[in-house]
Amino acid sequence: MLEQYIGAGIMLLVATAIACGMVLLTSILGPKHQFPDKMEPFECGESQLVSPRQRFSVKFYLVAVLFVLFDIEAVFFFPWAILFQRLGVFGLVEMFLFILILGVGLAYVWIRGGLDWE
Amino acid sequence: MESTVPLSHYLVLSTTLFVIGVLGVLVRRNAIVVFMCIEIMLNAVNISLIAFDRYMNLHTGQVFSFMVMCVAAAEVSVGLAIIISIFRNKPTVNLDEFNIMKW
Amino acid sequence: MEHIPSPTVDLVSLAPVLVLSVFAMMVLLVDLYVKRDKTLVIFISLVGLLMTAISAFAKFDLPVHSFNDSYVVDELSVFFIMIFTLSSALAILLSIDYNKREGIRMGEYYSLILLCTVGMILLASSTDMIMIFLGIEIVSICLYVLAGIRRSDPKSNEAALKYFLLGAFATGFLLYGMTLVYGATGTTKLGLIAELIREEQIASKPLMLMGIVLLIIGFGFKVASVPFHMWAPDVYHGAPTPVTAFMAVGPKAAAFAAFFRVFAEAMPVLSPSWESLLCIVAVLSMFIGNVGAIMQTNIKRLLAYSSVSHVGYILIAVIAKNSLGSSSLVFYMLAYAFMIFGAFGIVILIGRKENEMLEIADYSGLAYKHPLMAISMSVFLLSLGGMPPLAGFVAKFYIFSAAIKEGFVTLVVLAVLNSVISFYYYLKVIVYMYMKEPEGEFQISLAPMTVFVVVIAMVGTAGLGIFPDPILYFTQH
Repeated sequence: MLEQYIGAGIMLLVATAIACGMVLLTSILGPKHQFPDKMEPFECGESQLVSPRQRFSVKFYLVAVLFVLFDIEAVFFFPWAILFQRLGVFGLVEMFLFILILGVGLAYVWIRGGLDWE
Repeated sequence: MESTVPLSHYLVLSTTLFVIGVLGVLVRRNAIVVFMCIEIMLNAVNISLIAFDRYMNLHTGQVFSFMVMCVAAAEVSVGLAIIISIFRNKPTVNLDEFNIMKW
Repeated sequence: MEHIPSPTVDLVSLAPVLVLSVFAMMVLLVDLYVKRDKTLVIFISLVGLLMTAISAFAKFDLPVHSFNDSYVVDELSVFFIMIFTLSSALAILLSIDYNKREGIRMGEYYSLILLCTVGMILLASSTDMIMIFLGIEIVSICLYVLAGIRRSDPKSNEAALKYFLLGAFATGFLLYGMTLVYGATGTTKLGLIAELIREEQIASKPLMLMGIVLLIIGFGFKVASVPFHMWAPDVYHGAPTPVTAFMAVGPKAAAFAAFFRVFAEAMPVLSPSWESLLCIVAVLSMFIGNVGAIMQTNIKRLLAYSSVSHVGYILIAVIAKNSLGSSSLVFYMLAYAFMIFGAFGIVILIGRKENEMLEIADYSGLAYKHPLMAISMSVFLLSLGGMPPLAGFVAKFYIFSAAIKEGFVTLVVLAVLNSVISFYYYLKVIVYMYMKEPEGEFQISLAPMTVFVVVIAMVGTAGLGIFPDPILYFTQH
């Protein structure tokens, strides 16, 4: 029974070797001299105006997370939009149900005050 | 199918990414970085799903990868919320410092 | 431009999921308009669970396959839906007084429990790997939030973070396993996979084998089997107690249902390649779970380790992979639900605000002050250990006989040995309750709903043990 796993084992070994090898290679071969420009967050020439390490309001987090959620849901609209005419009424009804469920989520966020900035 | 890159290349790429993700989760101690490594694992899965689809002329894998992306987004929001709520009580994201209960 | 024909939609077989989803959304919206008193929210949730349980019987002539063979209503799923709705209802009842005491005032709590139940139903009824993945994720994401719902408590935070990181890690493994199986067979439908395996020589494909190993790792994390159990004690310890009880029963049962469908129903022909792995996992789970439990001083951690060892016993049902295996699986989960909710009910009654009174030493002399409570706790613990004539004994006996029928004698002998070891720590708690002098004062307010849950659990534990026949009959037909 064990010899069945040899093929799988080799594949796993190769992958591990590549992953470890790359980490090792960069740490061995990579240039290590440091100079002030290198330590800046952007190496593109533009000098920074304010410290990038300052904290920004946690409110941005809420907006960002809500954006990610509703943004990713849009991924389901693309296949639907492309096949819209071929899917016919059935697709339309299904998509409206989907939007309705999203709408419940939006209503919850809205009433709960997730969209208020103050 | 006039593809010159064989399937096995994609599989090695996806396994490599997956292993990088796993190693990252096991080695790194920053909650956010660990979290990013988990995302790498999920995206490695997406690559192999799409590769299988392309080479076997299937469609299920594409649907699957949509679902994976969607679920990953949901996980991101919950995970970040948990990390933020922890940060309110204890301003650190170093996993070694979450040791009220032994691991 | 040709038209794509509408797929056949069988909403009746999906009724439990739909009903519960609608109720969960309703709870979410209603909660926005009720302020402090959550009675209405709780009432709607319980009604929703009841309706779900009723709608599970909407289909006759089981099994019914629908949605292009990705969803099935069969005896297994109907019985599991009963277990899920029961355990969710008990969890909600347990939470009523606990949440008041601990100041958890979020109505989302109830909505999350309902949504989690939706995920569990999907998980137990799916025969498509995409659906199984979605079910697992719905369950897990709800649980991450529930584990950390006490936002001001660092322990609850920590539990949520650990559960989340390890759960998401496990999801990665599970997904990769599913992908490899998909790559080896070209389909995600379990029925087609089973057919393909029977006809062709997929068994030796390295992709398939690696997929199986990764699936075992992924499912192993989700059900907390050794060596993927590290999260269980911490998460069970840190999460609010009703959530812990909920986690120990419903989601675990659901994950086992999917485990059974993927391994025992879709890949029985490949059993030589996964059987031995699962045997090792099962034996290790029993052994490390029991040894770990012996060393615990906190009652929630003790029950967590004991649940790890129970995972080992339940895995035997998956390994047995016959019809007796599936019926013993559901019987075990039902009995386990009663025992766990009873034990955690007592833990909640004795516990005090802010995680106090959770050490085993705190139970010293309980029998002198509150004899009824001590007796019920003893019954639940002995039943967990497998003492006849309680439910735990019948459940274990049933699983062991399923395994012996398939010739796994060594495995069963090891399991019985482990049951004996487990009595050590169950009896330790009982010794504390009966033989030690009380250390401090018990301040127990007999919260009616929690007592109600304990009584139900008591009736269930004793009833299933003494009169197992009706339920056994039901599980077999």
